[in-house]
Amino acid sequence: MTNKIVIDELLCKGCALCTEACPQNLIIMSSEINRQGFLPAQISAENLEKCSGCTMCALVCPDVAITVFKGCA
Amino acid sequence: MNTQMKQVFSRPDSLKDVQTHFCPGCQHGTIHRLVAEAMDHFAIKDKTIGIASVGCSVFLYDYFDIDVIEAPHGRAPAVATGAKRVHPERVVFAYQGDGDLAAIGTSEIIHAANRGEQLTIIFVNNTTYGMTGGQMAPTTLPGQVTSTSPTGRDVASQGYPMKMAELIGSLDGCSYSARVAVDSPKHVIQAAKAMRKAFEVQINGAGFAFLEVLSTCPTNWGMSPLAANKRVGEEMIPYFPLGTYKDNSAV
Amino acid sequence: MTKRLFVKGNEAVAMGALEAGCRYYFGYPITPQSDVPEYIARHLPALGGQFIQAESEIASINMLLGAAACGARAMTSSSSPGISLKQEGISYMAGSECPGLIVNVCRSGPGLGGIDASQADYFQAVKGGGHGGYHIIVLAPDSVQEMYDLAMLAFDLSDRYRIPAMLLADAVIGQMKEGLVAHKYVPPADLAEKTWALTEKCNSGKRKVVKSLRLGDGEMEAHNNNLHARYAEMAQREVRYEGLHLDDAELVLTAFGSCARIAKTALRLAREQGMKVGMLRPVTLFPFPAAPLREHCATARKVLCFELNNGQMVDDVRLALPDKEVAFYGRAPGAGSLPTPEEFLAQIRTHYEA
Repeated sequence: MTNKIVIDELLCKGCALCTEACPQNLIIMSSEINRQGFLPAQISAENLEKCSGCTMCALVCPDVAITVFKGCA
Repeated sequence: MNTQMKQVFSRPDSLKDVQTHFCPGCQHGTIHRLVAEAMDHFAIKDKTIGIASVGCSVFLYDYFDIDVIEAPHGRAPAVATGAKRVHPERVVFAYQGDGDLAAIGTSEIIHAANRGEQLTIIFVNNTTYGMTGGQMAPTTLPGQVTSTSPTGRDVASQGYPMKMAELIGSLDGCSYSARVAVDSPKHVIQAAKAMRKAFEVQINGAGFAFLEVLSTCPTNWGMSPLAANKRVGEEMIPYFPLGTYKDNSAV
Repeated sequence: MTKRLFVKGNEAVAMGALEAGCRYYFGYPITPQSDVPEYIARHLPALGGQFIQAESEIASINMLLGAAACGARAMTSSSSPGISLKQEGISYMAGSECPGLIVNVCRSGPGLGGIDASQADYFQAVKGGGHGGYHIIVLAPDSVQEMYDLAMLAFDLSDRYRIPAMLLADAVIGQMKEGLVAHKYVPPADLAEKTWALTEKCNSGKRKVVKSLRLGDGEMEAHNNNLHARYAEMAQREVRYEGLHLDDAELVLTAFGSCARIAKTALRLAREQGMKVGMLRPVTLFPFPAAPLREHCATARKVLCFELNNGQMVDDVRLALPDKEVAFYGRAPGAGSLPTPEEFLAQIRTHYEA
């Protein structure tokens, strides 16, 4: 089952609220400044495999920067 | 990979696809999304009139795909009253901050509630004046340092934080009053439910609905977004308990 | 034979407003205008309208803003102190280009003042009483009939130019009873539909935003210039005044509202005593009848301005007639200061013979 979150780097302001919301701590903050001048949230390919598509990160995101996809088994 | 991917979380249709001007971690953005989700839920985007107050949320019309009237500071419930009386079949909501509603606008919010106006009021409480740079607000907590309570709010001379959800809920004209927060996924889910209720009360003509939403203000609290988010749970919720303070809307 | 009613000024303005299609009233009690909300509370519901006695004058002007933004003919009424409270709301209406009727039945001031007639709120009314350099349409009735007629005109002008309109009366005009001929309101043929306003049913088209906030580069400047262009257009097309014995007048009187009534009697007495005196009574205080003044006072030796204040409209008369001698006689408002016709007559004689 492959689930996925997509973090829109142009909308993310680097607030990091999603990092604590994720029950598996799969999201970290990038060390590269994005075009807006923020350090956006990001998820590694490896962590993405573990993502359950629970949408916790998206729920707390103030900028609707995260969209979530759930794969059907 | 042939599994079929289904999008389970996306931008609500009523919320324009633009970056907001809110500071990083400011929960106005989250609350805007909840309002938009409620409008999508009831498919009332074309029917809704938003009343913009004066504060960080003054740019309502840039973010919601709805008609908007701008109100002077504190007067949104009165402007909303005028609009709703002229167009009773449209859904009218006002979105206000704590300076707007609980300081200069206390008269308007109390009397709109007391008249039982068919309105939905979203009240964002972040214990400070955000847009003007972090001054003390009616909801500033005792001891909280702001730019106009530099040594911490002294209740002896500056009084106590106002609990609007309880106050408005105590008015007979008010049908629904609750307080929620958006500092955790669980609270966001509860807040979304309360937001739908606050609109449903009006849609069903069941009276005046008031929803207070606790929110962070990282910039003016001088905190990181994560620390500010923690403060909501550790300091604000104990003083401003979450819950439903009035519900006789029979909805 | 047209039916003449014996009606109070305050009730006449309410009758005129309802006849003009006003279906929303938001107000607050204050002497000497409370008959307006009282009359409307009795009659508006039957017309399917909404009457709200708001919690304050501030709330009521903001309800008017909300109703006007939705395209309704709506009004509020108050008296001097209450009108001061409404100024920010009026500025927002001006900035958001929302039409609406504001009836101001002035009383003496400053401060709590008194409940007697006064014209000391002239500047507040015509010079844009709130912040932001706007103007509003200001009409000054001098009779119960004009309270009725000008309520209709106020709505028409306000809707046509999307500028709030004030009916500037006072305790005399509001509280006195006089004959009134009610008549059918006929909407002007060229009054455009309010496409800018929020519609009754849902809006599935382009979103409408009624606001006064303009932060873009040059946006606010352009907006102000646009408003002032409209004021200039109104000065060309919408000035109203009443002229009496102007063709051979050597001395021209100017006065508005309650003071004009007194001046008319003094004028009649002066004419009976052979003095060639005329009068130009502004009905629109904004736009001010500067051009008619220039035209009708061209041959006059002198102009004499009567007001129930310490001198306000006289400034605008002098601005309109830079090379004419403009004298002023006024009484500060307050109990016992209402001038008599004979008092004005004595002034007329002094200036006529000087």
